Amino acid sequence: MKLFKKLLAVAAVAALSGSLAADAADPVKMAWVYLGPVGDGGWTYAHDLGRKAAEAKMGAKISTTIVENVPESADAERVIRDLATKGNKIIFTTSFGYMDSTLKVAKSFPKVNFYHATGFKDAANVAIYNSRMYEPAYLAGVIAGHVSKKGVLGFVASFPIPEVVRNINAYTMGARSVNPKITTKVVWISSWFDPSKERQAAEALIGQGADVLLQNTDSSAVLQTAQDKGVLAFGWDSDMTQYAPKAHLASCIEVWGPYYTSVAEAAVSGKPMTKAVWGGIKDGMNDLVSVSSLVPPAAAKMAAAKKADIASGKFNVFAGPIKGQDGKDKVPAGKTLTDKEIDGINWYVEGVEGAVPGAK
Amino acid sequence: MNIDSLTPLFASAVAAAIPLLLAALGELVTERSGVLNLGVEGMMLMGGVTAFIVVASGGGLVLATLAACCAGMVAALMFAFVTLTLQASQVAAGLALAILGSGVSAFLGRGYVGNPAKVSFSELPIPLLSKLPIVGPALFSMNALGYLAVILTAATTWFLYRTKSGLILRSVGESPVVAQSLGLQVIRIRYLATLFGGLMAGLAGCYYAVAQFKMWQEGLTSGNGWIALALVVFASWRPVRLMLGALLFGGVTAFGLYLQAVGVQVSAFALASLPYIATVVVLAVISRDQRALRRNAPTSLGQSFFGM
Repeated sequence: MKLFKKLLAVAAVAALSGSLAADAADPVKMAWVYLGPVGDGGWTYAHDLGRKAAEAKMGAKISTTIVENVPESADAERVIRDLATKGNKIIFTTSFGYMDSTLKVAKSFPKVNFYHATGFKDAANVAIYNSRMYEPAYLAGVIAGHVSKKGVLGFVASFPIPEVVRNINAYTMGARSVNPKITTKVVWISSWFDPSKERQAAEALIGQGADVLLQNTDSSAVLQTAQDKGVLAFGWDSDMTQYAPKAHLASCIEVWGPYYTSVAEAAVSGKPMTKAVWGGIKDGMNDLVSVSSLVPPAAAKMAAAKKADIASGKFNVFAGPIKGQDGKDKVPAGKTLTDKEIDGINWYVEGVEGAVPGAK
Repeated sequence: MNIDSLTPLFASAVAAAIPLLLAALGELVTERSGVLNLGVEGMMLMGGVTAFIVVASGGGLVLATLAACCAGMVAALMFAFVTLTLQASQVAAGLALAILGSGVSAFLGRGYVGNPAKVSFSELPIPLLSKLPIVGPALFSMNALGYLAVILTAATTWFLYRTKSGLILRSVGESPVVAQSLGLQVIRIRYLATLFGGLMAGLAGCYYAVAQFKMWQEGLTSGNGWIALALVVFASWRPVRLMLGALLFGGVTAFGLYLQAVGVQVSAFALASLPYIATVVVLAVISRDQRALRRNAPTSLGQSFFGM
């Protein structure tokens, strides 16, 4: 009997130490849900670069999983739930349309931390993070204002949500800060990733006289169409120089690496999750890069100066006076839109043609 | 809205119609032999990635085109073996081929994402004709594959309705039992028709990768393989109607986007649903004449045949 007790004690100690050792070595499991393929060369590609950066920095302390091509439908909920069930402690859902699915799953998994990109609803275990892409979009506008010969810009837009509408506004305001007569034509394609539609939208805009294009969609099709038709354009989400060197002016890029690394570090050291990160050029979360030789020196210089002002906080894209489409002040001089207001923009600034779909 | 602004619209529609026409033409021949291959999307992607890899490795356009055709045929051969030799369900095998093609092409193309095609098909304007208003740039300034699509449509029509082989192909699709009793090698003919479908789908994929988009991305064809499948039904298995259908489908999206660019105040949501509305309308119109539909549809479509 005594021997039996001893054996039991030894076994218990062994089991305990075994489990402790396992705890120390177990990496934190992190998962990413992607809208497109990592090979889209744009949005999802940028997120995956961020994931790889976090992985490189954290080494064996984290293990990562990705799920690509997840539609913004009921499928999203299934995928997120599946990832939570498989023991992932941190789940990044990287598209606007995953918002409600993320919140729903988060309710059933209170111990899992969810991070939703570009949304506006959070919860106890759901944080939101976003990049102020309107900052590089404004800088792109400054360049467009210099190089547009016809004074007509084109914008290939995805869905009429504030994130996209404010990028159209920022692009237009940047251009009008150089040439106040400039107008922007917008075409909505109701998709984030559809090279075929993106190309047709670009063709339609070029056909209507637009000679500098920007897009809020995820492939390089708009830029390449611009090159084929002999007009100019920008890269979006990732550096797209090599796709169309004869048309590429600069690229507005997302930089997710530092953010993903900071989340991973906090998780590994057991710190609570950080809420609502909305970073811009100042925080190194986005940038305007690869300004090409097609950009005249004066334009490049002005864009660089504006960038420095944004980084130092001296200049805010949504500081008044900002005129609406009717020419009346939407934001009076001396007032600056709050983050909450910027996040709810559903109106166009002066110079944008047409109306925001679905807005009253 | 001046008349000149219609020129880019028409060009845009034709450019989008060509790959639909190529893929649908192949599927039409396959279906005429009684085989329903739902894997067009997968075969297109296989062709596309192959063409892109050839170009990226320094190959020329002719080589890329041939390789894309071969890739499509290899994919079709797998389908044919499973359905014609092993007698598996054509619907299930076709869906599997679509998924397989997407996966394999994504896997093969991993290292090629983020680079533009080194060489690509350029437009070949026909002197004088390409200067015509509206239709000139669209129809007489296409790339080589565009002209090829038109020639192949004519050739397929001629083959199906004016040659003995075409008659044999159609009879196999109508009644494999009768065809076999007449001494025709049903399975072999179906193999050939399926391979032709793969070849054409590969060609369509090649068009996307090295003529239209000049790049490789996962899911490059964005579902157009499925539209090509639907087109065959719309065209009630007639090649010339296929051309009109492809233009309609290529044009309907372009038209919606064009209206927005012109500044017509229409809901973007309504425009996004245009292709689907067009689908319903066309389906309603063609199904009004049930007799014509039945007369053209291959009777044995999708049914396995146990040849001797």
